[in-house]
Amino acid sequence: MQIRAFWRDIRFLQVLAQVVFILFLALAAGFLYANVSANLARQGLTVGYGFITNPASFDIGESYIPYQSSDSYGRAILVGLVNTLVVSALGILLTTIVGIIAGIARLSSNWLISRLAGAYVGVIRNTPLIIQLMFWYFGIILQLPAVRAAVALPGPVYLTQRGIYLPWYEAMPSFDSWRIYVWLALASIVIIWFIFRGIQSRSDLPIPLWWYLAYILAPVLILWVGLLFQPEPPLKVNIPELTGLNFRGGLQLTPEFAALLFGLVVYTGSFIAEIVRAGIQAVSLGQVEAARSLGLTTGQTLQLVIFPQALRVIIPPLTSQYLNLAKNSSLAIAIGYPDLFSIAGTVINQTGAVLEVIVIIMLSYLSMSLFTSLLMNIYNSRVRLVER
Amino acid sequence: MTTIEMQPPRLTVGPFAWLRKNLFSTWYNTALTLAALWLLYALLRPALQWTLTEARWGVIEANLTLFMIGQYPRDQSWRIWLAIYMLGGMIGLSWGVWREAARGFAFIALGAGLGFALISLLLNLDTWINWLIADAVLLVFYASGLILQRRGTTIAALGWLLYFPLVFLLIAGMRFIPWLPPVATGLWGGLLLTLMLAIVGNIGALPLGILLALGRRSKLPILRYFSIGYIELIRGVPLVTILFMANLLVPLFLPVDIRPPDAVIRAMIGFILFEAAYQAENVRGGLQSINRGQYEAAQALGLSGALTMTFIILPQALRAVIPALFNSFISLFKDTSLGAIIGLFELLRIGRAVLAQSDWLGTHREVFLFIFIVYWGFNMAFTYGSRRLEEALGVGKR
Amino acid sequence: MSEIDKNQEIIICRDVHKWFDSFYVLKGINLTVQKGEVIVIFGPSGSGKSTFIRCINRLEEHQKGQIIVDGVELTNDVRNIETIREEVGMVFQQFNLFPHLTVLQNIALAPLWVRRVSKNQAKESAMQLLKRVGIPEQAYKYPGQLSGGQQQRVAIARALAMQPKIMLFDEPTSALDPEMIKEVLDVMIQLAKSGMTMLVVTHEMGFARAVANRMFFFDEGQIVESGTPSEIFQSPKEDRTKLFLSQILSH
Repeated sequence: MQIRAFWRDIRFLQVLAQVVFILFLALAAGFLYANVSANLARQGLTVGYGFITNPASFDIGESYIPYQSSDSYGRAILVGLVNTLVVSALGILLTTIVGIIAGIARLSSNWLISRLAGAYVGVIRNTPLIIQLMFWYFGIILQLPAVRAAVALPGPVYLTQRGIYLPWYEAMPSFDSWRIYVWLALASIVIIWFIFRGIQSRSDLPIPLWWYLAYILAPVLILWVGLLFQPEPPLKVNIPELTGLNFRGGLQLTPEFAALLFGLVVYTGSFIAEIVRAGIQAVSLGQVEAARSLGLTTGQTLQLVIFPQALRVIIPPLTSQYLNLAKNSSLAIAIGYPDLFSIAGTVINQTGAVLEVIVIIMLSYLSMSLFTSLLMNIYNSRVRLVER
Repeated sequence: MTTIEMQPPRLTVGPFAWLRKNLFSTWYNTALTLAALWLLYALLRPALQWTLTEARWGVIEANLTLFMIGQYPRDQSWRIWLAIYMLGGMIGLSWGVWREAARGFAFIALGAGLGFALISLLLNLDTWINWLIADAVLLVFYASGLILQRRGTTIAALGWLLYFPLVFLLIAGMRFIPWLPPVATGLWGGLLLTLMLAIVGNIGALPLGILLALGRRSKLPILRYFSIGYIELIRGVPLVTILFMANLLVPLFLPVDIRPPDAVIRAMIGFILFEAAYQAENVRGGLQSINRGQYEAAQALGLSGALTMTFIILPQALRAVIPALFNSFISLFKDTSLGAIIGLFELLRIGRAVLAQSDWLGTHREVFLFIFIVYWGFNMAFTYGSRRLEEALGVGKR
Repeated sequence: MSEIDKNQEIIICRDVHKWFDSFYVLKGINLTVQKGEVIVIFGPSGSGKSTFIRCINRLEEHQKGQIIVDGVELTNDVRNIETIREEVGMVFQQFNLFPHLTVLQNIALAPLWVRRVSKNQAKESAMQLLKRVGIPEQAYKYPGQLSGGQQQRVAIARALAMQPKIMLFDEPTSALDPEMIKEVLDVMIQLAKSGMTMLVVTHEMGFARAVANRMFFFDEGQIVESGTPSEIFQSPKEDRTKLFLSQILSH
């Protein structure tokens, strides 16, 4: 096949189009680069990551890794990143629970419950998150009574305007030798999961529901055995006690953290409720009827017919809500929680290193997104319904 | 054999039966109902009490104009009313020409006009006349729409197309028009700014979103990777960071001798770039819903790619994504509140400014509740209108 | 039977091969069509018949061999492809009418924008074609308001609007309810009698008997047998042909 006029060849034209596009991008990039250099030069700024090692000289309200104002900017940003990850992880856990409960409540046959859940979803979803966060912070947490008149909940859990105090565990010296039992307990959970998978793939019958108790019994057994070998208990419960002007002991959740956490959990929970509801409704009634007429028990129906199909519909939008929660944590800046974004903002203010810090911010959030997308794609490809 | 007429047993119909079935059917349902009722009572009673007695709603009344239009010069507020009348007219016209499709929005608009007129009367404001005029305009245009029918569709479509640029011009003004002196965007505030940000963000994002969606589906790898890259980049980061970036970087990216645009314009650019990535996914969904056969038929007829896109594919795709587009608008409307973080005086920031006034210290709950209700009310109204529109279009049924 | 110009071979296919990735779908097709001939292609599903005729107007690309339509060779040359597509009309199994345009707009669209005729002329010609296929009164309706048979007739009119030299039919009646098949076949028979060169992929053997000049039996990507309708129906040579004919003719 001789192609006489190559300039009319489809493949040539396609390549040409792409080359033109790249040229256009390159020109645009060059134009922007020239502008940026000129502007920076005019302001006497230079581009570079040298500032990362300079001392930060600002304090951070709360941090999960040791930090002082004499630490570097790099460390400050790291503190922010950890803060973001902590509130996101905890938020994801709690919001899943809230969302599932609300979603199931929506489907309840109890008129009052389902309407209440519907009102929850309808109100929360239709208002901006930042306003809800401010409402939680200014309108609720800061309105809690002073430390001396703290609201006491069973636990004991104390609600005050300085924060929420919970009992927490403190590691005693014997914890080091007991730690290995903790790892063993975790490993046992994973091993049991593999065992169940092996059994499931070999036999056609589902695993009886009560076998799932093994997930709880095995690790607890291991931990208890470990306890027998310790001279003293490895963990001590620390109860917050009012001493003088403040509580001592226990775990303190700052007002900012508490407001951000509750705000994110309640907000994202409303979206998850809808996702769960849609997922359960997606399993058509015919499926349940067919399962029952085959003689499957309720437990078996749930396990073999409803959950797998509902999960397929639920998981993809669920992971995207998790990602939204992580991204929305950046609104912490509105209520003073020192997350990645707010600390990065401070760094930009102090160093003027706009471009460099923005790149760091983007890369951090992008990594979180890509990681979540990756997990979701793996899950999707494994459970995708084989269709014609 | 005569048919026997029997009444259903007493306990299965009527209000008591309903209560029994829906609230007290089993023991745990009964328990749940009682617990929920107790919870409602415990929460609502103090809330209602506070609302009606202790709350200082004067803060809202005193600052109403501030909440609505920020620092927009009061003597130019006629321009805003004109924009509202034009909106009423367009909605009325659409109602007359497209009937059921626009009926939801028309009812909302009429109801809102009446409601706001009533509120104005209660608050002793003169604006009740303006709201009634808006409703009147709507009805007049409705009548003309009914008369025009088929021929009116072009006028209505053109009208909507031109409406937003015209309104922007109206609000912003321009140096060359003597009776429309420019009003700096720095003076725009409150609900006005919120709406302008949402509208510009959505409408500006659509062309870019369409291009990105086409690029995403293109067979040419470079275009495809670029589109995917842009979309995933934007969707992977929070909106707040995009706004932040736009705020700081736009002046940096412009040539040295050009005056950097003010904060509102920069925020609009940020919203457009952000929203475009999400619109791209919506449009892509619409494009995917189109049968391959449509492309093939167009190809077989000899239509070029551009002609196929313009006349065959895009019209069908856009119709399919209208619900998603409206959802995007609602989301963006909520997201404009993030403008508060970068210094824009949209509704939320105005709220915080009001809270700083010495007369009204401590009125947090009142102000936040008000803002809350504004957002919630607008979103519910818009959702209602768009749902009626979807039903009328039979989206998904074609 | 209409006049067949023995000297004009309007479609020439030499040793055409096609793969879909690694799936070998056309395994060396050799076929020529004279101007004015009506060719019927039949065979089991998956035999490559649809793929083959879709190669003729480049809806599918062949990897090996030559396809020459009206003297123009089908290659990657954009101009050639455009020229060929203007000369070849296609009618699809799923009609593929444009749902957002009226019937008249469907028919007039291509002549208006590709051949650049005037608006009035396009409208006039479209009405003429609608009359020709028997449904002029549907001009201002939307495809969704028409029955399947009517839609397919509009599709035929739409393809004819570009005044093609060749018409391709890809199982035009397979998606129709039985009572509507006849109206579409009648239009096709009329078209055949008017001298149009037609390549029709179909199972409608009645149509083949009525107007086909030659029939080709496709199986597993190859032409197993070809001949005139009387040859094929009365004395098929290959076993596979006999088997297939017995399966579809027994209904």
